[in-house]
Amino acid sequence: MKIAVCIKQVPDTEAKIKIGADGRSIDEAGVNLVVSPFDEYAVEEGLRLKEKHGGEVVAYAVGDDRAATALRTVLAMGVDRAVHLKDAAFEGSDGLGVSRILAAALRLDSFEMILFGKQAVGTDRGQVGPRVAELLDLPHVSVVVALSVEGGRLRAEREIEGACEVVESPLPAVITAQKGLNEPRYASLKGILAAKKKEIRVMGAADIRVDPSTVGAAGAAEVWEKVELPPGRTAGKILRDMDPASAAKELVRILREEAKVI
Amino acid sequence: MESRSGRMKRSSLEALSEGRRAADALGSRLHALLSGSPVTGLAAGLAPQGPDTVLVAEHEILGQYHPEAFASVLASAVRKTGAAYVFLSATALGRDLAARAAAKLDAGLAADCIEVEISDGHLRVKRPVYSGRAVATARFATTPAFATLRPNAFPVVQLSGRNPVIETLAVEMDLAKIRARTVEVKAGEGGEVDISEASVVVAGGRAMKGPENFSLIWDLARALGGAVGASRAAVDAGWIGHQCQVGQTGKVVAPGLYIACGISGAIQHLAGMSTSKVIVAINKDPEAPIFKLADYGIVGDLYEVLPKLTEEVRSLKGQ
Repeated sequence: MKIAVCIKQVPDTEAKIKIGADGRSIDEAGVNLVVSPFDEYAVEEGLRLKEKHGGEVVAYAVGDDRAATALRTVLAMGVDRAVHLKDAAFEGSDGLGVSRILAAALRLDSFEMILFGKQAVGTDRGQVGPRVAELLDLPHVSVVVALSVEGGRLRAEREIEGACEVVESPLPAVITAQKGLNEPRYASLKGILAAKKKEIRVMGAADIRVDPSTVGAAGAAEVWEKVELPPGRTAGKILRDMDPASAAKELVRILREEAKVI
Repeated sequence: MESRSGRMKRSSLEALSEGRRAADALGSRLHALLSGSPVTGLAAGLAPQGPDTVLVAEHEILGQYHPEAFASVLASAVRKTGAAYVFLSATALGRDLAARAAAKLDAGLAADCIEVEISDGHLRVKRPVYSGRAVATARFATTPAFATLRPNAFPVVQLSGRNPVIETLAVEMDLAKIRARTVEVKAGEGGEVDISEASVVVAGGRAMKGPENFSLIWDLARALGGAVGASRAAVDAGWIGHQCQVGQTGKVVAPGLYIACGISGAIQHLAGMSTSKVIVAINKDPEAPIFKLADYGIVGDLYEVLPKLTEEVRSLKGQ
């Protein structure tokens, strides 16, 4: 089974976020970059599908030089080879642009399953998976918590509000992974060493036949004008040194009379 | 517009109200799209939110959510009306549908917006990014443009004397191209109100020490008419199901009242609840980071405080 996994490198979720000098992006200096957590579920699922059905798993990432580290990380988990989509023209892409880049690259090969994480915990858009499916004219299932593949078809469970939808689809298909799909493996020392010898093919706009004006900042439809820290909340009224009964009574009174939420 | 079990989802009504506000500010028309089967009966009920037109797309294939079918209908409605901006609620369905439909139209999409502003004839949105550690203000370079709106972030406004034109939108599609299909919907364990749509959420964390103690959380939630949430620690320990998890790898909630019990307030948890209107923290540790975010709180032992709180709420409500 030929499997592709699209990953993104994002700031560590523990990192403190600082606004960049231009006020329109974040300052990434000194920020630890990791593979987006949801993408790990996608990679793990890709590896499990290969273990069950044979074939190969190829990882794709759009990003500058730093993205190579993220690709090495997933190669160490067991991914067979990687494609690093790197070009100055790709910088500043929004969801529309990234999906065009990935679709163009994926189109050069032929995959039965393409996996994404449900959203990147950076830009938090959650749109690239379904967008790529549409551009490649493939069916997709998003927010998947369970997946099985049999006889050229998939059966997936997806988590929606207060319920679980069971979806079936022929392959090839695109899925986006949600937490709960699996437990991602840690890269073993053997895997880390093997990763150093695995192929990371770098491809730019010309290699994937993408018109630079349709991607990157030039092609962006959603333009960030400003990035700010969230509005601070004024210091709260915290009740201390009170016995539980009195504190409870006072809190309920405040919530009713002052906050008016009860 | 999204409905479930024959009733309009509140979050769709919020998106429709915000659509009315935006249309008024831009001096343009608002169309509501109702897709489903059956769905015609819900059209008249949208009048108080003030759409100029309600487009009804009714077809058997729309009886369940199949992304390709719904995206085809939505794209067709956008083309037909010439709409510049398309709002959906940022539910699982809304976010999925918006992405596929936007791709069909080569359109931009701003996801999970918490604010919409109109100035000099342009629409701008504010959305949390980096798991809520920052807020981005975005505008659109092209139209049509899509925005999904975070549930509970916008009010439902009731307008009187409105009479939308109700029109049928012809559903034409090649059914063979509807490949991924929902074959079954299983009710969740968490009850009918999902935490992302609840107006009150009471959440328990690591300090709950086990599944039995969550009964204290359930009692308070029930007394307040709310839903139960949990931190990742509690879910990973197996004390409560994943559908209750609030946070970066769980759900994002924005209720009117969020009560965090025995939750320290790690960044990943805050990502899931920091836009709640009123945040209350109950924790034994006076230095817990959650107290920096909370509007109100009690430093104390939750095993003693929670039952008292529940008692107070019940007597207040005459239960």
